[in-house]
Amino acid sequence: MLNRAEAPQSHDIQGISLVSPDHLVLDNGLPVYIFTSQDQPLVKAEFVFKNTFDSQTENPLLNTALSALMKEGTSRMSSAEIAEKVDYYGAFLVPDFSFDYTCYTLYTLNKYVPQVLPLLYDILVDAQFPDLELNNFKRTNRQNLQISLQKNDFVAKQMFYQTLFGNNRYGAAVTDKALSDLNRTDLAELYAQQVQPHNCTLFLSGNITSDVIREVSDYFGSKWKNSLPIGTVGHGIKLSAEYDTTLRYQERNDAVQSAIRLGRHSLKRCDKNYPALQFVNTLFGGYFGSRLMRNIREDKGYTYGIGSSAVTFAHTGMLVISTQVGTEVTTLTLQEIEKEMYLMQNELASESEIKLVKNYMLGAMLGSLESIFSHADKFKAVHLSGMDLSYYTYYTQVLHAMDAPKVRAIAQEYLRYEDMVKVVVGKMH
Amino acid sequence: MVNYNKFVLANGLRVLVHEDHTTPMACVNVLYDVGARDEDPKRTGFAHLFEHLMFGGSVNIPNYDEVLQRVGGENNAFTSNDITNYYITLPAVNLETALWLESDRMLSLAFNEQSLEVQRQVVIEEFKQRYLNQPYGDVWLKLRPLAYQQHPYRWATIGKNIEHIEQATMAEVKDFFDTFYHPSNAVLVVAGDVKFDEVQSLVDKWFADIPDRPVKKRSLPQELPQQVARRETVEADVPVDSIYIAFHGPDRHSTDYYTLDLISDILSRGNSSRLYRTLVKEQQLFAEVNAYLMGSTDTNLFVVEGKPSEGISLEVAEQALWKELERLKMELANEKELDKVKNKVESTMFFSELSVLDKAMNLAYFELLGDANAYNTEVDKYARTTTEDVRQVASSVFRTDNSSTLLYKAKRQEAHVE
Repeated sequence: MLNRAEAPQSHDIQGISLVSPDHLVLDNGLPVYIFTSQDQPLVKAEFVFKNTFDSQTENPLLNTALSALMKEGTSRMSSAEIAEKVDYYGAFLVPDFSFDYTCYTLYTLNKYVPQVLPLLYDILVDAQFPDLELNNFKRTNRQNLQISLQKNDFVAKQMFYQTLFGNNRYGAAVTDKALSDLNRTDLAELYAQQVQPHNCTLFLSGNITSDVIREVSDYFGSKWKNSLPIGTVGHGIKLSAEYDTTLRYQERNDAVQSAIRLGRHSLKRCDKNYPALQFVNTLFGGYFGSRLMRNIREDKGYTYGIGSSAVTFAHTGMLVISTQVGTEVTTLTLQEIEKEMYLMQNELASESEIKLVKNYMLGAMLGSLESIFSHADKFKAVHLSGMDLSYYTYYTQVLHAMDAPKVRAIAQEYLRYEDMVKVVVGKMH
Repeated sequence: MVNYNKFVLANGLRVLVHEDHTTPMACVNVLYDVGARDEDPKRTGFAHLFEHLMFGGSVNIPNYDEVLQRVGGENNAFTSNDITNYYITLPAVNLETALWLESDRMLSLAFNEQSLEVQRQVVIEEFKQRYLNQPYGDVWLKLRPLAYQQHPYRWATIGKNIEHIEQATMAEVKDFFDTFYHPSNAVLVVAGDVKFDEVQSLVDKWFADIPDRPVKKRSLPQELPQQVARRETVEADVPVDSIYIAFHGPDRHSTDYYTLDLISDILSRGNSSRLYRTLVKEQQLFAEVNAYLMGSTDTNLFVVEGKPSEGISLEVAEQALWKELERLKMELANEKELDKVKNKVESTMFFSELSVLDKAMNLAYFELLGDANAYNTEVDKYARTTTEDVRQVASSVFRTDNSSTLLYKAKRQEAHVE
């Protein structure tokens, strides 16, 4: 007779085995990292540029506009023609912007590589930023901003970043004025400075045949020239470690939920304690079974979801907790978060909980390697932080070595309620 | 091409196994043939609330999530108007734990009062977060009952209102379980780094002794053909106006379904699509515009929606949308344009095959529709569509008397002069 109360035998989770890339440097100095698998006839080419900033304003909107508008017209092709060709070949051309990097990612079937690479080449060397397109960008973004500003969660996020980071690329809020101030001259200047081979890394993944490599080298090697000398590119940042930890509250009379955000500066990915911090973050608020979820959702029903994460940027890191809760329990939720932080700092977690988090994280790591594209992503994350794949061996070792005193020590450093920026948008009773 | 093997247990459980040894993971996907359309009109939102309760402990296992996380797994679930789908991803070496968990909650739940209490509250917060606490959040709570008058698609999966969720009782929970949660009303898919023979014996071990109950024959009130255009205007505290036009369309089994899906791509997939090019970029009448088919199993909705640019009235916006719809009825689409959207369907298929979980979910859904292998022939069905089909389907769907228009107006900040 089957005993359903007894769990089946479980097995240790094996470590991950990562694909090491082939490495090429093209004639113009462009580094290329290649991840090959013949599973599907697909190619992903991701061009990553370090963002550069005007040292006075560090206006990140200019970089956002740059990534959105590069594909909106070159001297040979209009915005419509570029879009038509990309779509016709079933390809996807995805501009992506983060505070530190601008990425252009092309996804295509192998058979259309010769047709779509020239489009990308044009975009990278000859974008024109037509006024019409810029005005369209301003118009649609102004409207999106109006809508976003009615979302408590968006407003809380903006206030949180401003309070935590101050006046630099990480803290800057998008405003109507910043949108109006965008102009073609600044865009063209940023483009010339930022979109150059020596400010770029190319990650190629998928079914990367010798034909694909030849095509890529033809377009993005000798033909693509560096125009400004290396060294003129500005990546610096004005970042202060000081921030205001008093509660910032914006009342919204019509709110049925309050958006809450708490957080502080923490570690960059390359810090030796970062994997341990990730572990503590996971246990505290980083997965469905976390302390915050179990207490605030699964025990009290205050929210649909609450979570925390240990986010890394090029120049800093942050620990952030966010949730949306019924307005009548806003204050109670803050108290519960404070209580959970206190427990993390003052009590030792059980062996059982530590083991659970270890297994959960090992499983998540194994599951994050879905395809050859994810191998490239794993490499990209560490490479851009100045590390190599040995990071993941170190990461796994740290996970295995975590114990209750170590968790408590990290919590004592990073989970003090009094050190948190605190933002509430909604209603408090 | 997604290969699979299928077997059916004596209790009626359909089981599909797809081997993919490029990953060290396994996926276990359990689809139950029940959705919001099967709800009592006085207890809407119940299928979704019930989905939450499926994580509140089963008859022999008090804590579903913790057991799974302990072996390195993750899980989630979703409820639609048609189905409820549960899925697990975990290291393949621990596959048996997933089967143990899923079989126990198919056998019976713990029916824990505290879990019902808390999850009711969680779902109410979900209702607020998604539908009430953001601009335009309640659109579907208004558009569904406008477009559907008979069919239970007239309410959203979250439910008609919060009161229905508040009033749910444990007796109703038990009854719902008995009616819908049993082997012959489910499809189980196991995919990933697994072997068919091993899966078969493990599934047999954990699922074979679950007693079946008779499947309740579905007889839903069907929507009568719409005769006159419907309109509704709401005013709300939103920053800009918005317009939604919904048309009734074919069900998921119809060949016209594929044509209409391609029409939505012609209109709004990618930056080269008609609505985006014409209305956002060229005429600048809209800040955003979109067209999509809901993908429902029964009679579908095709929705065209957009937010006009500042200074553009909803009347002008509405005319501009209709002009594009009329064009599809009057002029044959360009062959090249049709090829373009077919090419996108093809490449999207390849990308979705990168994900074991995507494959598992799709196999389960197509099996429910009648044949899992239909997943493999989808691309061909799209490929068969002709430009003449496009014109015919557009003509039959884009009629004013088949439309439900919701105008969502921003309350102006300036006081009206009286």
